[in-house]
Amino acid sequence: MTDPIAAPPRKDPQQRTRSPLLPPVPRSRAALLMSAAAARGELHLQGCLSCGARIYPPRDACPTCLSVRLAWQKVPDRGHVIAETTVRTTTDAYFRERTPWRVGTVRLDIGPVLMTHLHGDVETPGPCRVRAYLDKSGNAVLMALPEQETPNMADDPELRELTATPKHRRVLVTDGRTAVGQATAHALSDAGASIVFIGVATPWLPFDGQDTLTAIPNAQIVPLDLTDATSVRELAGEIGGKTDILINTADHVRPGGILSRQGLTTTRDEFEINVFGLQRLAQHFGHGMVGRGADGVNSAVALVDILPVYALANWSAWGAHSASAAARHSVLQCLRGEMRAGGVRVMSIFTGPVDDDWRQPLPPPKVAPSAVAQAVVHALENGTEESFVGDIAKDVLARWQVDPKTLERELQG
Amino acid sequence: MKRQSYDGVAVAVPVSVPYVRYSIETAHWWIARALKQLCDRAGIAHGDLDGLSVSSFTLHPDTGVGLTQHLGLTPRWLDHIPMGGASAVVALRRAARAVQAGDADIVACVAGDTNHVDSFRKLLGSFSRFAQDASYPYGFGGPNAAFALLTDHYMRSFGATREQFGSICVDQRKNALGYPNAIMKKPLTTDQYMNARAISDPLHLFDCVMPVAGAEAFLVTREDIAKDLGVPFARTLSTIERHNAFPDDPVQLRGGWAMDVEEFWAMSGCTPRDMDVVQTYDDYPVIVAMQVEDLGFCDKGEGAAFLSTRDTTANGDFPHNTCGGQLSAGQAGAAGGYLGFVEALRQVTGQSLGLQVMNAKRALVAGFGMINFDRGLCSGAVVLEGA
Repeated sequence: MTDPIAAPPRKDPQQRTRSPLLPPVPRSRAALLMSAAAARGELHLQGCLSCGARIYPPRDACPTCLSVRLAWQKVPDRGHVIAETTVRTTTDAYFRERTPWRVGTVRLDIGPVLMTHLHGDVETPGPCRVRAYLDKSGNAVLMALPEQETPNMADDPELRELTATPKHRRVLVTDGRTAVGQATAHALSDAGASIVFIGVATPWLPFDGQDTLTAIPNAQIVPLDLTDATSVRELAGEIGGKTDILINTADHVRPGGILSRQGLTTTRDEFEINVFGLQRLAQHFGHGMVGRGADGVNSAVALVDILPVYALANWSAWGAHSASAAARHSVLQCLRGEMRAGGVRVMSIFTGPVDDDWRQPLPPPKVAPSAVAQAVVHALENGTEESFVGDIAKDVLARWQVDPKTLERELQG
Repeated sequence: MKRQSYDGVAVAVPVSVPYVRYSIETAHWWIARALKQLCDRAGIAHGDLDGLSVSSFTLHPDTGVGLTQHLGLTPRWLDHIPMGGASAVVALRRAARAVQAGDADIVACVAGDTNHVDSFRKLLGSFSRFAQDASYPYGFGGPNAAFALLTDHYMRSFGATREQFGSICVDQRKNALGYPNAIMKKPLTTDQYMNARAISDPLHLFDCVMPVAGAEAFLVTREDIAKDLGVPFARTLSTIERHNAFPDDPVQLRGGWAMDVEEFWAMSGCTPRDMDVVQTYDDYPVIVAMQVEDLGFCDKGEGAAFLSTRDTTANGDFPHNTCGGQLSAGQAGAAGGYLGFVEALRQVTGQSLGLQVMNAKRALVAGFGMINFDRGLCSGAVVLEGA
């Protein structure tokens, strides 16, 4: 049974903040393909398209038949731990700070033998399930977990390194005026966040749902206008040193494509919040988060952005908004590389049309704000980089994986 | 086709350059010292070497090629063997064939590595692609963790105990105390072994070798040349090598020796009982147990028990790793793969630097190397007989 992690004591400002280090970074190109699946929370291993062999570690040719026709495939996660060790000395600086570190040899029921991180509740020999996570270097690693949930399972120190669990962490939700922002604030509080800061522009103007936000016991409403660099900087000065998870729920959405609009006023508003607002947040909060990437129980762990799935391909009926989403997606890709120095995850929550005022004319299926909020919590608890919320987002992803160009044509109606 | 004999091949001039824990010198420097001693003791100039076989992890960016120019050698036969603990056996096998075929007359087989304060860490980081992708991201325990998993599985499978592994290490330390080049100079008791700090469970401090700097070498030539030079030599009765044996075993419980053991002994004309001294590759005691099993000294799974019930000191009833092995002499990189071979050559030619096994005539040397991912891939063995 895992011991629950205690709430961290108040930080002593005299103490040096521990520098973030990364676990070993280099991987072969083949191994990076496993990371791509792990980024979406899936366990993929190579299979040989010629003879059907399952292959691990990642290879460029099949050891059974020498075919080079290998494909990454989602595989069943059941296996057995057949050997274990606890590493107590290492020449690697990252692991040296984290020993003892338990690892196991796991034989998957489908055949391949893996070396894995080993959850404290898994017994050797014994059954387990294997999950692929991204470690702090952004690469896939495998972890053997108990077959069933165990008490305080997420508090296992090895597992907590691979996730961005909100428990005992301090969260900033950037736009408390929106339904998605409010649902997210509630969900993060329920998930164990110690403080939920909720950004509201022009807080003196009342808004729907305001009373339910102030009712959250550990919530604080803070002034935040993403279109104003001064506002963002001032808030970062106040709470930047204790923002462990930053969730950008802001999204300025209006219908229409490029030709269907007169001028750029509306489009500029969209970019001002969706693209530049995200960058202002990153510039003012990002450095502090990267520096606090290994700062104990409530280290900085994640920047989460909620964006329309039309970031992947333009939906021309809402084409200008899609364009801002595409720019936003690209900004996130850049930040993912930049924030990795601190082991801080950049998470994209891609949604289909949200069931809100501006999408009122659209037919179902639409995504409930609470579903978006649950996806944010799920992503944090599993450390995934990309999540797709709702049937439409999953449909767009599936088509995009087949062929982005075909998807582009399909979305033009 | 049947494996051909190694008739006419002489193995001679065992050279060990004393080890140091850390060195500011390079692999080139260590290898040069071994070659210098090799030539001096053979009474030849280094220009007389027309064959060279090199093993080293720290020559980078050079290989054996760069070494020829660096050391002023002009060989007509050159080999670079990146097989770690199997290097000496494989070097002999190839050099012997070159000598038999007339491709070379006098081959210097040499292994040497330096050990800078950070070279072990750097070596681990770039050891193999599978290690990089699939083992080092998991705690970066290096070979300790890989062998810990093998040891854990071996103990679970066969009921071997830490006490049994401890007896291997304790006896080797007794041997090391008589070997002037050993890094370890103090006796080791069973209590000290059992109470040592854990490194990677179930491995503790005295299960693990200490990385050091050093070099080892020997000559492979024709018998008539060895006689002309007046150097004692040994003959090769049989030798095998095998790579990536039993790839479908989920955890390594046996090595490549098990694939070829019958042919190995048949070719030698001996049985395990005929061996006067045994040198196994001993980076961790579990692999020592596997070697005595797979090479037919006892049944599978009984290696640890077998060794713990024998006196494996140089004067005991099963003389084993008579210079202390790597566990007590230190592991000088690829030279670790030479240590047992060179010691066996000294024993069967009556040139021991430490404890001489009485009337030692025949020696078994086994090599094992290269944890590519989860197991050692290279294995080899040879029977040497003093001429």
